[in-house]
Amino acid sequence: MSARLDVRKTYKLFIGGKFPRSESGRTYEVSADDGAFLANAALASRKDAREAVVAARKAQPGWAGATAYNRGQVLYRVAELLEGRRSQFVEEVAAGEGIKTKAAEAAVDAAIDRWVWYAGWTDKVAQVAGSANPVAGPYFNLSVPEPTGVVVVLAPQSSSLLGLVSVLAPVLVTGNTAVVVSSEKRPLPAITLSEVLATSDVPSGVVNILTGRTAELAPPLASHMDVNAIDLTGTVGAEGVAWGELEAEAAGSVKRVVRPRDSEPDWSQLPDGPRRILAFTETKTVWHPKGM
Amino acid sequence: MSFEYAPAPESRAVVDIASSYGLFIDGTFVEPEGGKTFKTVNPATEEVLADVAEAGEPDVDRAVAAARRAYDKVWSRMPGSERAKYLYRIARLLAERSREFAVLETLDNGKPIRESRDVDVPTAAAHFFYYAGWADKLEHAGFGPNPRPHGVAAQVIPWNFPLLMLAWKIAPALAAGNTVVLKPAETTPLSALLFADLLRQAELPPGVVNIVTGARETGSLLVNHPGVDKIAFTGSTPVGKRIAAEVAGSRKSLTLELGGKAANIVFDDAPIDQAVEGIVNGIYFNQGQVCCAGSRLLVQESIADELVDRLKRRLSTLRVGDPMDKNTDVGAINSAQQLERITMLSQAGEDEGATRWTAACELPEKGYWFAPTVFTDVHPAHRIAREEIFGPVLSVLTFRTPAEAVAKANNTPYGLSAGIWTEKGSRILALADQLRAGVVWANTFNRFDPTSPFGGYKESGYGREGGRHGLAAYLAEGSAL
Repeated sequence: MSARLDVRKTYKLFIGGKFPRSESGRTYEVSADDGAFLANAALASRKDAREAVVAARKAQPGWAGATAYNRGQVLYRVAELLEGRRSQFVEEVAAGEGIKTKAAEAAVDAAIDRWVWYAGWTDKVAQVAGSANPVAGPYFNLSVPEPTGVVVVLAPQSSSLLGLVSVLAPVLVTGNTAVVVSSEKRPLPAITLSEVLATSDVPSGVVNILTGRTAELAPPLASHMDVNAIDLTGTVGAEGVAWGELEAEAAGSVKRVVRPRDSEPDWSQLPDGPRRILAFTETKTVWHPKGM
Repeated sequence: MSFEYAPAPESRAVVDIASSYGLFIDGTFVEPEGGKTFKTVNPATEEVLADVAEAGEPDVDRAVAAARRAYDKVWSRMPGSERAKYLYRIARLLAERSREFAVLETLDNGKPIRESRDVDVPTAAAHFFYYAGWADKLEHAGFGPNPRPHGVAAQVIPWNFPLLMLAWKIAPALAAGNTVVLKPAETTPLSALLFADLLRQAELPPGVVNIVTGARETGSLLVNHPGVDKIAFTGSTPVGKRIAAEVAGSRKSLTLELGGKAANIVFDDAPIDQAVEGIVNGIYFNQGQVCCAGSRLLVQESIADELVDRLKRRLSTLRVGDPMDKNTDVGAINSAQQLERITMLSQAGEDEGATRWTAACELPEKGYWFAPTVFTDVHPAHRIAREEIFGPVLSVLTFRTPAEAVAKANNTPYGLSAGIWTEKGSRILALADQLRAGVVWANTFNRFDPTSPFGGYKESGYGREGGRHGLAAYLAEGSAL
């Protein structure tokens, strides 16, 4: 008797709740850290990137319009499903990042816990970042944070799941929708995450995930006129990418830009506050006269 | 029976204008190295008010170096409680010299003395007073336990509210512990230069605030100077985009307060007399040269004719003319260049088929003037419905349903402000949620307060000025991840 031959997964893109191949028909080989073949991932094109922005824009009002409590529940549900896929993520993270099973387990556990941490922020961030303003006159005056809209996330190159979760979850908290460019060399956990999202209650188009070359996908997304913000964290260690050039492209539509650090952060550290959430919000101030 | 107003001119004797001004660097006025100057004129009379130094590269270098020295040696080491007292002093001095500042502002800018006296100067003083109190409470502002300033802040301000924009920039910067190099607008440098004299009285340490006058070239030298850590710019969206592109990759912190094309939405149940006053205040305040001006009137179709009739009647009573007259409602346009832009876009409105109405009023022969103007039959695709005119020109569009009002209001790359007029509270709250604008005025318009965050969505910029939120722009922890 020979051992059973395993049934392998075709890794595809995640756009508008569907799993298309790249419209370009292209794929690229993804290897384990030791060079072993893992899979062929879709090599997304500029057109795929534009499709992803369209899907994100379409989904944005609905996601932002959900109550904060509801967004919290939906995001928490994602953590529940991540837990159920724990062993699969551990395997992918260990192979892709070239780390021991124990370290991969720690990274996956931290990623799930991080998701829970952010899920709990949905109905608190307005209380922490909003304000009742004591203006010098008979006016009601209130400031609240609102989602900025469609956010492009260049996911970290090294930390393929924990890093990804640490940059994606905060974008979603307030009601933004996301177009994620996954780690170029370690894209598989991102696609598995998209399978979790597809079977969760996160509406289609709220998260869209592209695999491929950061250097090919980032420029058209940075200059896209219907994108509100871009997180350049994943430019660190990305081949052929200069974050300053992307920031300059982003200026064309006055995008909010989160700059990368000089090196990839240690994602195992807990965030020291809701800064990543607030980086993708707008403060709205409402005035109304008071009178009898 | 008709009432005539007797002239009620404010005296310009309260302010001394020097024939020429140098650059304010390191606590003293110095001549620009290249010796270049430009003239600033009274836009209401075209009279030259003064010769003003134009800062070139060596001058900007000196100013940034002075700000750095003051930051390293004095300001960053000073306890917040001491910084606070300097800011309180400035607030008090501004209030004490308010009449002088109001007159100078009106002479250099062209805005009615009633506005500079009642809005610009008192709000500027209030801004310093508000931020003074933050200087020794930063660790309680919600930006972490040990908030740090950026260092040297480069601040470039516009000509529409010269002193008020100076206050919006300098007060939070100093409170947070930064030092400043400020560039006032080319056409309105005088109130900033008088402010330098006020700093002398306040005995602010040399170099903490430096003022370099000049045009766009000076501003570009300043924001691109490698010694600058933080940039705050208020002005047009095209220039804001250019600055953002220029500083990309430099790690300089940047906040932008840019243009707008605000919708002022009037529903059929609105208190109509108040709405008319609000529309007038929204677009004719400061001759409409306001980034958050309510330049697109969206009126519910069923009351459109009546509202526009009443609006025209009200506009016919506005007094346009001498800004120094205390009865004047609408003053001069700030510059010939701005007048040309307003004239050009208004012509485009006519050419594209909108119907033009202009208030019948006599305009002075000299100076830059534009009578309050209303366009009806405006299509959303018209230039006057899309582009920021920055003048006393209102474009009227109509809608039928609240959803249509929201869609039309949001149909712009800008997102600075919006207005809602209705008696229905639930509708106000629902609309306020859906409007993509940084400030929403409901049953009021163009209100400003030091405690109230102000700033844009989308291409109207990023960052907030005013309130606790306004501190974030001047603290490294406010933006860094």
